Amino acid sequence: MSTATALGKGGAPRAGRREVRLWTCACVLAVVLAAVLLVPLLHPLDEQAVDMANKLHAPSAAHPFGTDDVGRDVLLRCVYGLRVSLLVGVVAALTATVIGTAVGAAAGAAGGRTDRMVMRVVDVFSSVPHLLLGIFIVAMFRPGVWPVVVSVGLTHWLSTARIVRAEVLSLRSRDFVDAAVSGGASRLRVAVRHLLPGVLPQAGLAAVLMVPHAIWHESALSFLGLGLPTHRASLGNMIQDARGTLLAGDWWPTLFPGLFLIVPTLAIAGLAGVWRERINPRRRSELML
Amino acid sequence: MNRPGIRPVGRLVGRRLLAAVPVLAAVTFGVFAVAAASPFDPVQQYAGSAGLTASQETLDQLRRNLHVDGPFWERWWDWLTSALTGDLGDSTALRQPVAQVIGERLGWSVLLCAAGFALAVLAGTVLGVAAARRKGGLLDRAVTSLSYTLEAAPPFWIGLLGIWLFAVQFHLLPAGGLTDSGTDTVTAGGLLRHLALPALVLGISQLPWFLLYVRQGVGDALEEDAVRGARARGLAERTVLLGHALRSGLLPVLTLIGSRIPELITGALLVETVFSWPGIASATVEAATATDFPLLAALTTLATVAVLAGNLLADLLYGLADPRVALEEM
Repeated sequence: MSTATALGKGGAPRAGRREVRLWTCACVLAVVLAAVLLVPLLHPLDEQAVDMANKLHAPSAAHPFGTDDVGRDVLLRCVYGLRVSLLVGVVAALTATVIGTAVGAAAGAAGGRTDRMVMRVVDVFSSVPHLLLGIFIVAMFRPGVWPVVVSVGLTHWLSTARIVRAEVLSLRSRDFVDAAVSGGASRLRVAVRHLLPGVLPQAGLAAVLMVPHAIWHESALSFLGLGLPTHRASLGNMIQDARGTLLAGDWWPTLFPGLFLIVPTLAIAGLAGVWRERINPRRRSELML
Repeated sequence: MNRPGIRPVGRLVGRRLLAAVPVLAAVTFGVFAVAAASPFDPVQQYAGSAGLTASQETLDQLRRNLHVDGPFWERWWDWLTSALTGDLGDSTALRQPVAQVIGERLGWSVLLCAAGFALAVLAGTVLGVAAARRKGGLLDRAVTSLSYTLEAAPPFWIGLLGIWLFAVQFHLLPAGGLTDSGTDTVTAGGLLRHLALPALVLGISQLPWFLLYVRQGVGDALEEDAVRGARARGLAERTVLLGHALRSGLLPVLTLIGSRIPELITGALLVETVFSWPGIASATVEAATATDFPLLAALTTLATVAVLAGNLLADLLYGLADPRVALEEM
């Protein structure tokens, strides 16, 4: 396993430590995925059910994360909330990646005036803060699952478009593309057969890195009361709901949903960091996020 | 040292102002286009529950009176031309002119953002340099892991935990607002107490980026020939670190500050809401909850102006800090 050489100087993680990081992240992510997929099968949860006799129990053996202000188990709700957050995050990230890849590849392959026009549009989009643009879209289309997915998808394709365009531009100058063009291949064929396969690893990496961002934005929108409806509670809704109990001194309904947001984010970022080192071995990947 | 004079700076500012015109026109046009495509109807909002029973003629008349009967680009053009004279319309949620809302709240937001950013820069520099001194060491690993964790943690969650710790458990700081309950007068001491926690949380949310860049910049600088030379001449470690590595490692990071405006606005949106801070960002959230289009349009435009100004500042500082960069080429 030690073919991945240590980067040595500059304090980059040594190969051994990188393996540990890789496996830790993979295990954490596997546990998270198993939980959000299996727990709802074993433990069907009625979101509306309340149990006032058991409200606001501190963490204990029966309720490891305690219960909330209407007696629901916080651990179970966290798993359900993470399931919703992950689902929205993955769909939004895929949307953003498809838009970004299409726009970036079109700009890079067409070149010239189209390229300049497209990059102007990207500049215009990137001069509005993402969350603000997301808030504006959700405000106009009313909170709900689809407005959130669309608003996160529409605001996050810019970096993917830039990455894919740069990759296409560098691929276009390679000999095998020249050979295909002089061999009489059509523009479409060059784009699909020769440019797209080279671009896919970068686009895939961007998509994976996008998932935590999308979850982050979804939870922020939900926390502001502009996101998912309460019967589809995500982790952001849960933190919003817990504000009242927090001011009364009960910390667990606030603390645990936040931890449930952080842990998968770190695991995904860690895995993506290793992936990035594989496909861009020359670039040091110390700044991941 | 061949510092660029005032004229290239003026020319860069002028070019950027010119370039900002189409960007702002496009952003505002997009805002009006999204509103036109959405189910939101200003006439129904204005009429409220009466709109459900009103006749079609009344609604059409109202539509004409509110000047929303034309296509959206006409409304966009009307808005743009009156915005140039300082008239941004009236906020439907706060029942006052949009310009007045911005005027009353902008100062508080700038104060909060400046305090939070100053904290992030100070803590980021100290921790970043400390981590860079011994890369891979215990302190470096702790600081780096903390940065990635904080980067992943939502600021509103950190804010709530801060309220729990400082306001609920230990009663050290107020949980939010600008003044203590029962009074409306803002005093310097009270302001400082109310500012401390929001500024700290905003600072923490901006810290990871700054810290990691300082660590990278100073770490790279420590391996440069100039530093090796300084060490070889037997200069004190302090002088090497502060005089050589920090100077060449920190400067590029400081110039990037202007480009952090979008993240700062994002952080302020969440932190102001958590702490009921009466700034412009919490007004944005109120406006969004009430679908207050005139206020949302103005605030989106204002944020775009801030981002463009930040980019200009970053380029200017970069050009001034590094004489090899020609401002003419940006």
